[in-house]
Amino acid sequence: MTDWPILTVVTFLPLVGVLLLLLTRDDSPSGRRNVLTISLLTTLVTFVVSLFIWIGFDNANPGFQMVEKHAWLNTGISYAVGVDGISMLFVILTTFLMPFCVLASWFAVEKRIKEYMIAFLILEVLMLGVFISLDIVLFYVFFEAGLIPMFIIIGVWGGKDRVYASYKFFLYTLLGSVLMLLAIMAMYWNAGTTSIPELLSHKFPAGMQTWLWLAFFASFAVKMPMWPVHTWLPDAHVQAPTAGSVILAGILLKLGGYGFIRFSLAMFPVASDYFAPFVFTLSVLAIIYTSLVALMQTDIKKLIAYSSIAHMGYVTMGIFAANVQGLQGAIYQMLSHGIVSGALFLCVGVVYDRMHTREIAAYGGLVNNMPKYAVAFMIFTMANVGLPGTSGFVGEFLTLMGAFRANTFVALFAATGVILSAAYALWLYRRVIFGALDKDTLKILLDLSAREKVILYPLAILTIFFGVYPAPVFNATAASVDLLLKNYTAAIEAAHSVAVTMN
Amino acid sequence: MDMLYKAIVFLPLIGFLIAGLGGSTIGAKASEFVTTSLMVVVAVLSWVVFFNVALGHHEEVIKVQVLHWIQSGGLDVSWAFRIDTLTSVMFVVVNTVSCLVHLYSIGYMHHDPHRPRFFAYLSLFTFAMLMLITSDNLLQMFFGWEGVGLASYLLIGFWFKKPSASAAAMKAFIVNRVGDFGFVLGIFSVFVLFGSINFDTIFAAAPTYIPAEGQGKVVINLFGMQLDQAHAITATCLLLFLGAMGKSAQFLLHTWLPDAMEGPTPVSALIHAATMVTAGVFLVARMSPLFELSPDALTVVTIIGAITAFFAATVGLVQNDIKRVIAYSTCSQLGYMFAALGVGAYGAAVFHLFTHAFFKALLFLGAGSVIHAVDGEQDMRYMGGLRKHIKMTYWAMMIGTLALTGVGVPFTVIGTAGFFSKDAIIEATYAAHSASGHFAFWLLVIAAFFTSFYSWRLVHMTFHGKPRASQEVMHHVHESPMVMLLPLLILSVGALLAGVLFHERFFGEEYAEFWKGALFTLPTNEILHHVHEVPALVKLSPFIAMVLGFVLSWWMYIVSPNVPKVLAQQHRVLYQFLLNKWYFDELYDFLFVRSAKWLGNFLWKEGDGRVIDGFGPNGVAARVMDVTGRVVRLQSGYLYHYAFAMLIGIAALVTWMMFGSAL
Repeated sequence: MTDWPILTVVTFLPLVGVLLLLLTRDDSPSGRRNVLTISLLTTLVTFVVSLFIWIGFDNANPGFQMVEKHAWLNTGISYAVGVDGISMLFVILTTFLMPFCVLASWFAVEKRIKEYMIAFLILEVLMLGVFISLDIVLFYVFFEAGLIPMFIIIGVWGGKDRVYASYKFFLYTLLGSVLMLLAIMAMYWNAGTTSIPELLSHKFPAGMQTWLWLAFFASFAVKMPMWPVHTWLPDAHVQAPTAGSVILAGILLKLGGYGFIRFSLAMFPVASDYFAPFVFTLSVLAIIYTSLVALMQTDIKKLIAYSSIAHMGYVTMGIFAANVQGLQGAIYQMLSHGIVSGALFLCVGVVYDRMHTREIAAYGGLVNNMPKYAVAFMIFTMANVGLPGTSGFVGEFLTLMGAFRANTFVALFAATGVILSAAYALWLYRRVIFGALDKDTLKILLDLSAREKVILYPLAILTIFFGVYPAPVFNATAASVDLLLKNYTAAIEAAHSVAVTMN
Repeated sequence: MDMLYKAIVFLPLIGFLIAGLGGSTIGAKASEFVTTSLMVVVAVLSWVVFFNVALGHHEEVIKVQVLHWIQSGGLDVSWAFRIDTLTSVMFVVVNTVSCLVHLYSIGYMHHDPHRPRFFAYLSLFTFAMLMLITSDNLLQMFFGWEGVGLASYLLIGFWFKKPSASAAAMKAFIVNRVGDFGFVLGIFSVFVLFGSINFDTIFAAAPTYIPAEGQGKVVINLFGMQLDQAHAITATCLLLFLGAMGKSAQFLLHTWLPDAMEGPTPVSALIHAATMVTAGVFLVARMSPLFELSPDALTVVTIIGAITAFFAATVGLVQNDIKRVIAYSTCSQLGYMFAALGVGAYGAAVFHLFTHAFFKALLFLGAGSVIHAVDGEQDMRYMGGLRKHIKMTYWAMMIGTLALTGVGVPFTVIGTAGFFSKDAIIEATYAAHSASGHFAFWLLVIAAFFTSFYSWRLVHMTFHGKPRASQEVMHHVHESPMVMLLPLLILSVGALLAGVLFHERFFGEEYAEFWKGALFTLPTNEILHHVHEVPALVKLSPFIAMVLGFVLSWWMYIVSPNVPKVLAQQHRVLYQFLLNKWYFDELYDFLFVRSAKWLGNFLWKEGDGRVIDGFGPNGVAARVMDVTGRVVRLQSGYLYHYAFAMLIGIAALVTWMMFGSAL
């Protein structure tokens, strides 16, 4: 194990970049280049350093590792961080995606590049903070504060309806966060601690779990997003700049799933068991409903946004199936979706940068003059469809299997997503890529530039690698998932035996 | 030895990577050379394996471990090969045809600017197909299953400028996905029942599910039904069979196959005749230890197979596109195979799969050669009289037709491939002595009559009679180059001899030594013996049907060529019904495509737009605006509100905690 505070270093390393950026002027071409270089280097260094977390991670240890703890404010709240098998890979995913965001913004962002990059680096700090927090108040601060840079990114650098989009985003999240704050207060009141490891072993009374579960659900369901509180996402995606969409789909959506696993499932097992059918219903609705809606979209980004909601439906279904396949599948699906949907939004960015439109009807026949782009887009489309051999399949298959074990009806309905996803994704691909190159505006488009290759190729390779050999991920997550489920099952059984003796 | 099997499976992958990634660098010639020569090596190795495993006395199933794949709880799946007689038969079929199709394509695709891509796709397909047939678990099989689907999608849509090709490609993928939906649920069901999806474990545990043993005890709750062991197996088999129906274009899920003819003709020969579409047959044969336990599931297989054989043959009667006739013929012959599987004659089914690969690939490649000769024309109404101009192609097509219609001398061992395999299936359905067996028997005999009719109709319309093509086209008619004729020659040998050489092994005296348990049959399954005891008239029935079909087509297309037109006018409704393929496309378009689009639009505009947004954020905003009338402040101030609310919240929490801890 490392003896230096690696988690703290990784989390706050982007702030060094922010500091440097504050000292840079961006009003000249060379200044702009400096801003970009500093941002890129910062995110790259952060990523490389974060790899030491994975290297130093002990797969056999199901508990929290690399823990640091310092008292804060003398209130019982402490600055406590650590990672376990569930959170560790999300840290890596976050640091991994950031350099791509910087690269994607290289030419696309024209105004206030310095402030834009600062917002992104701060966003990175806050999101990393969410995943490593071992104190629930700390978690809450990171969780909520992370939305502020995102508001700013959409609101300042977004498209023409950006105000409406960020307003919607705000309204939805506000409700959830208020309820979660109340729930956190109640938890402290009951357990006398804000430490997550201690809360995990605390047994909340069954009646209280129901209320706490609902409060947390309000917040996480919006973040996921689950049907019917999903309508902010398509608007946010459409208005956000490319890099904003990557982070939104790649990481922000995962906060909800992570929260469900860490808090709802682990801390309120009895309520999770009780509400599982409810979650299943919403998940299945999300999969079918949003897939059908995705089919009819005329805007490429909106289509991918709706498909994201459907994919998150698999995640919530897998989590509350509460068995090994379901839970591991859900984690895998989130990681894979982070890469694949990020890549899909980057693919949209490639043509948006050239054409400045996202209307599907404006495209067609791109394979003729952009064959390399067509190949990359094909790989990510297939991963989105869940073709075996891509990372998208592993998560989808396992969550469905987990659901089948929990309730075959859920799997039956959710599996229709297999058909629908093929329909909307291939139809999109056909309309954008295939066909003759008839439109004059498209004829001058060039294939991928070197920068775009650097962005898309690594993601394509990873998509296939993790489809063929997912073992590194499962090795890291297995122990923690097993422990969580062991505690979960024990809690459910205890609750049942109590119920039996009371009868 | 492990290296041998790895070489067979992975060399095509290497070919794909070289041609796919390096095609633009090394050029078309080099791409063709690399992929084709790799396939030649693989094909030779496959025959070596066939002689060692199927014809040798190697009793043990060979297993090769490659790499760990998914390990999650009780689910433990690897990339691994399982080589037995069934696999080795498929090796021969897949790699021989693939090798010949690679070779043929060098000539056929000569003018295409995208040859590296084409050869890369062909090799990718071969790799996926090999993963499917060598798999030692259901998940790797599913990988190959969807992999061939991907390759099929890419190849059907190869000419991406044609909108019809892109549409057909999409349709193929999506209809297959309907089957895969069942397949994947079947895999889950197997996992719940057996705790594993590896064939070893499943096959070892299957005997404990023999009917009557575990009766009554509920083992699975499937879609609200409490199923005991016997019913659980039936349900599982039916789910898996749904997958087989999709891939093998069986009745109700067949609509994609005729459209798939939009792809280049070599693709039709390889994927949509010889190999991929037989994957469903392979699946049922591979899972015979499960299917054998469920008479109900087998009955369904028989009925669907028989209906497909009949249905597709009726549609084939009136089609004018040369490739579509052969496509419906393929669909129909696949129905024969399933009918055989359904009556427990797994050997006969795989035998027909084996022989069919040769003569159907031959017919398709021959059709390709015809199309090549007449400048891309596919409509047989504009052909005719080509016999003298393209003699080699003509004889290849003749041999293919003889084999497909099953020409042979009854009660002897003189006959073409189809004579042995198709007749074996028809006899087996009769020998099953069950209601579904008899149903299948009659439909298959009628289908044999139709088969003979449409096959000879194709030959007559294409090669015989007077030329109907324009002067200009007829002037340019030319025989194909050697690189295209050689595959035809080799396949012709297969179409003539595959039956007589192997019939005793696949479904006869040497059944047990040949299969070595690769096809599982219960002790009560005595179809192999019953087949020998069917009445002579039954044995003769396919022959009679074949002769009648030939005579009728001779009369209608050579003796008095006006008859078809008159008939079509007299029975207009029936003719249109057949010509429009029983209106399945129109029906599905209405039932699924339009309704899904309508529903999607409705949910989007009404559900998301009116209801959720209307009562949610927009409604709230409207109410707030009503009250304050100060839109500007709301729109610019929300961020601060949010940050402020959060800060107040945190402050309140911290204060409360400090206060609380002080107490």
